[in-house]
Amino acid sequence: MTKPRLTTTAGFSIQHLQFLGPQGELTQALPETMNHETLIKLYEAMVLTRLFDTKAINLQRTGQLGTYPSCHGQEAIGAGVGLAMQATDVFFPYYRDHATFLLRGTPMSDILSYWGGDERGSANVENPASEDFPICVPIADQCLHATGAAFAFQYRNEKRAAVTTIGEGGTSQGDFYEAINLAGAWKLPVVFVVNNNQWAISTPISEQTACKTIAQKAIGAGIDSVQVDGNDVIAVHHAMQHALEKARSGKGPTLIEALTYRICDHTTADDARRYIPQDEYQAAFEFEPLKRLRVYLEKNNVWSDEKEKTMMAQHAKTLDEIVTKFLQRPKAEITDMFDYLYEKLPQQFQFQRNELVNEHG
Amino acid sequence: MANITLVEAVNQALMYEMTHDENVVVFGEDVAKNGGVFRTTVGLLEKFGPKRVLDTPLAESMIAGMAIGMAAQGLKPIAEFQFMGFIYPAVDHILNQASRLRNRTRGRLSCPAVFRAPYGGGIHAPEHHSESTETLFAHIPGLRVVIPSSPARAYGLLLAAIRNPDPVLFLEPKRIYRWVKQEVPDDGIALPLDKCFVLREGSDITLITWGAMIKETLEAAEALEQQGVSCEIIDVATLKPIDFETILQSVEKTGRCLIIHEAARHCGVGAEIAATVAEHGIFFLRAPIKRVTGYDTVMPYYKMEKYYLPSSAKIISTAQQLMEFA
Repeated sequence: MTKPRLTTTAGFSIQHLQFLGPQGELTQALPETMNHETLIKLYEAMVLTRLFDTKAINLQRTGQLGTYPSCHGQEAIGAGVGLAMQATDVFFPYYRDHATFLLRGTPMSDILSYWGGDERGSANVENPASEDFPICVPIADQCLHATGAAFAFQYRNEKRAAVTTIGEGGTSQGDFYEAINLAGAWKLPVVFVVNNNQWAISTPISEQTACKTIAQKAIGAGIDSVQVDGNDVIAVHHAMQHALEKARSGKGPTLIEALTYRICDHTTADDARRYIPQDEYQAAFEFEPLKRLRVYLEKNNVWSDEKEKTMMAQHAKTLDEIVTKFLQRPKAEITDMFDYLYEKLPQQFQFQRNELVNEHG
Repeated sequence: MANITLVEAVNQALMYEMTHDENVVVFGEDVAKNGGVFRTTVGLLEKFGPKRVLDTPLAESMIAGMAIGMAAQGLKPIAEFQFMGFIYPAVDHILNQASRLRNRTRGRLSCPAVFRAPYGGGIHAPEHHSESTETLFAHIPGLRVVIPSSPARAYGLLLAAIRNPDPVLFLEPKRIYRWVKQEVPDDGIALPLDKCFVLREGSDITLITWGAMIKETLEAAEALEQQGVSCEIIDVATLKPIDFETILQSVEKTGRCLIIHEAARHCGVGAEIAATVAEHGIFFLRAPIKRVTGYDTVMPYYKMEKYYLPSSAKIISTAQQLMEFA
């Protein structure tokens, strides 16, 4: 006879992970899987992301790009996620993931096209086999798409993981809870990464939730979680590697909370000075992720002013190519709005397509 | 071959396609062990196992969102919503994501998912179990909306929906789940997803309807026939896209157009049909286009639902009015 279970006890705690402190000092030994070569790669990607970000804002200010969400100060999250993922894993982004896009080989000119009002920005014509999802603007939807893809990997016994990103504000959404809950119940190979930059446009985390951490939300879903210093790319990368290996080997989902600070506006349509306390905002710059990594690399004699100069020259050239490609992209066909709606456009709407061509074609 | 009901035809189509396509996965609330609250999925778990037939946690947005991730990965998810009244948390995913994935990736990704839900009134169900809100979905670009009205069409249209490369909302008229039985060969032959079905040919008036209202419309046509009024009945079946060619041909022949639907009138699919008939066929008409529909009220609880649902008597009297014109 199966007896009904009517009592239960449980206790929980949240671990905080950091390797590299804000002064570039190691707070614990480097993970075994990390080396200086990888750190340089991460550093270069983070710097290029910041340059890209600055350039994109300038393009918006000069009317060449639409609304754009900066990731200034949050490059370590995107870089750690992007480098830890394998090509066969699938990414379900939100919209502050520029460093991950860069490291996954998504053409950065496409990212500009997307924010420049062109659907081809999510087409990835250079790599049509890419299974990565497009940028997700409706908050938290992507968590469920990742969970669905993770189901497909599990269904086909593939050693792959789905990775999705979200802001801390997004974790207030039902879809976030629904996704982590199902991922736990079905032990799906998915990693949820929360960029906790402490601001959801103008709403601070204190008004978003009574939770002391976002990581603890995983407890309610019965899945593993960890809080990492989101300005420490080593911690982000390490937690990601661990979570991905776990997922790929059938041991279920993980929630990673990357704690950082939004030292930028929400988007170019926002003015954070209206609501972020200026002293707190200025103080957050002391913790940003690039400087600490450069200090660490220089202290270990694997980086120098000269190497910095060489990298910057290379990055300037790369960036120039990205922007030129974006600006010189030929205009799309106006009929594209009909031609990708269904695999085959139903007759009923063929007439409207003709109407469009007659008016504008 | 045994005669089967609409509910059994849905089951037969699911069985067929799961047997022939291992990418088909059925999931939703209580669909596995319980076989669905209306028994549409009965026997699937036993035949195909827990990997392909899954009871989900109770969260409708999750059911739709999962289907999108699965479909983009090459599976053929068939997601069930227990009642249409509970589909609304999933609308974000259906409208913002499923129906757009192909377009927003310029064809790189797509979403061949089927979202199934029983809909409509007349079965004395509790609050929120009886509405007909198909028009909300028929408005969404990139989506297909399909409603069968007989066992054979349920079988053929569901097979077509599963095989379609784009997302399909498949609404099942639960009032006629067990209304008629007919022979439905299990031959795996799908029906087209862009064709109306002419259920009865006639020369005096075109009655256009879909779903459970087929029952009252057929009854009305019988009675009208006795009075010497020859009715052509069109089952629209696919509310997006709509086969206006068949509808306009019929109206050209009869010169009269009466649209019948259970859903509320304002911005109902009947309005789209009336507008299109007016745009392209106004000179065929000998009488105004008329609609017999549910009222623009909240769907009454079951004690009063019969006063909301269009009756065959109302279809008959409205058709008679139209016959009085030249």
